[in-house]
Amino acid sequence: MKFIKTTNQNIRRSPYQAIAAIVIMMLTFLVVSFFIFLIAGSSKIVSYFESKPQVTAFFKNEAKQSDIDALQSNLKDSGKVSNVKFVSKQDALAIYKEQNKNDPLLLDLVTADILPSSLEISTYKIGDLSAVSETLKTSPIVSEVIFQKDVVATLTAWTSALRKIGAASILILSLVSIFLIITIIGIKISQKRQDIHIMGLIGATNWYIRWPFIFEGIFYGVVGAFAGWVISSASLWAATPFLSNFLRGIPVVPVSPLFLLELLFVELIMAVILGGLAAYLAVLRYLK
Amino acid sequence: MIKFQNVSKKFGTGTEALSDLNFSVEKDEFVFLVGPTGSGKTTIFRLIIGEFSPTGGSIVINDWDILKLPREKIPELRKKVGVIFQDLKLFNDRTVFENVLLPLEIDNREIEGSKKRVEEVLEEVGLTPHRDKFPVQLSGGELQRVAIARALALSPDILLADEPTGNLDPATSWDIMNRLLEINKKGTTIIMATHNFDIVKNIPKRIIALDKGHLVRDEKSGGRSKK
Repeated sequence: MKFIKTTNQNIRRSPYQAIAAIVIMMLTFLVVSFFIFLIAGSSKIVSYFESKPQVTAFFKNEAKQSDIDALQSNLKDSGKVSNVKFVSKQDALAIYKEQNKNDPLLLDLVTADILPSSLEISTYKIGDLSAVSETLKTSPIVSEVIFQKDVVATLTAWTSALRKIGAASILILSLVSIFLIITIIGIKISQKRQDIHIMGLIGATNWYIRWPFIFEGIFYGVVGAFAGWVISSASLWAATPFLSNFLRGIPVVPVSPLFLLELLFVELIMAVILGGLAAYLAVLRYLK
Repeated sequence: MIKFQNVSKKFGTGTEALSDLNFSVEKDEFVFLVGPTGSGKTTIFRLIIGEFSPTGGSIVINDWDILKLPREKIPELRKKVGVIFQDLKLFNDRTVFENVLLPLEIDNREIEGSKKRVEEVLEEVGLTPHRDKFPVQLSGGELQRVAIARALALSPDILLADEPTGNLDPATSWDIMNRLLEINKKGTTIIMATHNFDIVKNIPKRIIALDKGHLVRDEKSGGRSKK
């Protein structure tokens, strides 16, 4: 209690230093939160695509329905395929019209004849997509095969890059925060050098002198982390309508409140470690 | 209670502050430590509270051998030895009450009991009416009394007073002196460093005189007849 009283006094007597420390901590945790949102979101997007393995085979115009049916039943018999759906030229036109209903010019130019019919095939395992795709490519009635392995691979590469950039940014900002807190607490220790000396002379132990400074570091960390979390969560909440529109059909938003509370918990633990460590380093450096 | 045996202290600058010093102070004794500036009076106090170690010899305070005392035990020693510093070393941003409360807080005493103890000590030194004032609002004599009160807060066995009457007018000096004698009567061993020969010659107490770090006189009963 006494330490907290002294800490409170130290902070109130130099509010600008306190604000600087809290702002840098807030920035650090803002970046931590945003990168965690990005990483969690992109992982969900990857999982979404991974959970929907799909190959689309477009048929040549001259393909006969009987050949298509034969191909379809061959695929079903392979045991790898979970679902096969035939999309006729008419179905393709309907999809095209739905996608471009706001652009009458595009609708006028297209008829069912110029759109290819296709098969949409889902496999049980993502690893089987290549084999199915190869089978389809060898078929004389198939003009083009696209499958989402490429999408997943690209997304995975992006997520991995994002993780690296995130980790590097968090590391740099954490180091900046630590150095700033060391400097601020170092200044405070220098300002109070005389008082610290007197306390020692009247019987204060080293830890009696150190604790208020360590609490101060922890306070900066916790307040900064909480502020960063509030801003990032509020931004995510505000962006949810846009994101749900942008990521149509991919269940990334809204983010569950439980996830946000877990994030807060982890960030507060990080803040205690970061603030406490920085203050402890300052105390070791300036209070010998 | 306090035993200096062949104690010498040489600083890094080469200055020899104390040289082969031998004396002991018994429980309940009142000792004047006299000598010109630089004679080693304050160095003796700093050695007693373990601020630094002697270059040679041994110092025993109660049952503690200062040279063998681990660093973590120094705060414990300092709680047993109250010091009235020459420059008082009061906290200007704390009230009289808070200044006196500090040693009790440092000792982790229970808060209500601590407040009661501060009130007792302030009463003892006549500072109760000034309890909520800050040091800048007090006179020289009052500041000395705050320093005495703080040094007494933990009821130390030993009280070291470094020039407690320096820069005070004669009447205030005698007031401080009488308070110290009262404290000594209640069982606290006191060593008082002073230049005030008016006080030394009028109070029949032991005098230890130093010059350039050497003990030049140790009179078991100084006072009136002695110079």
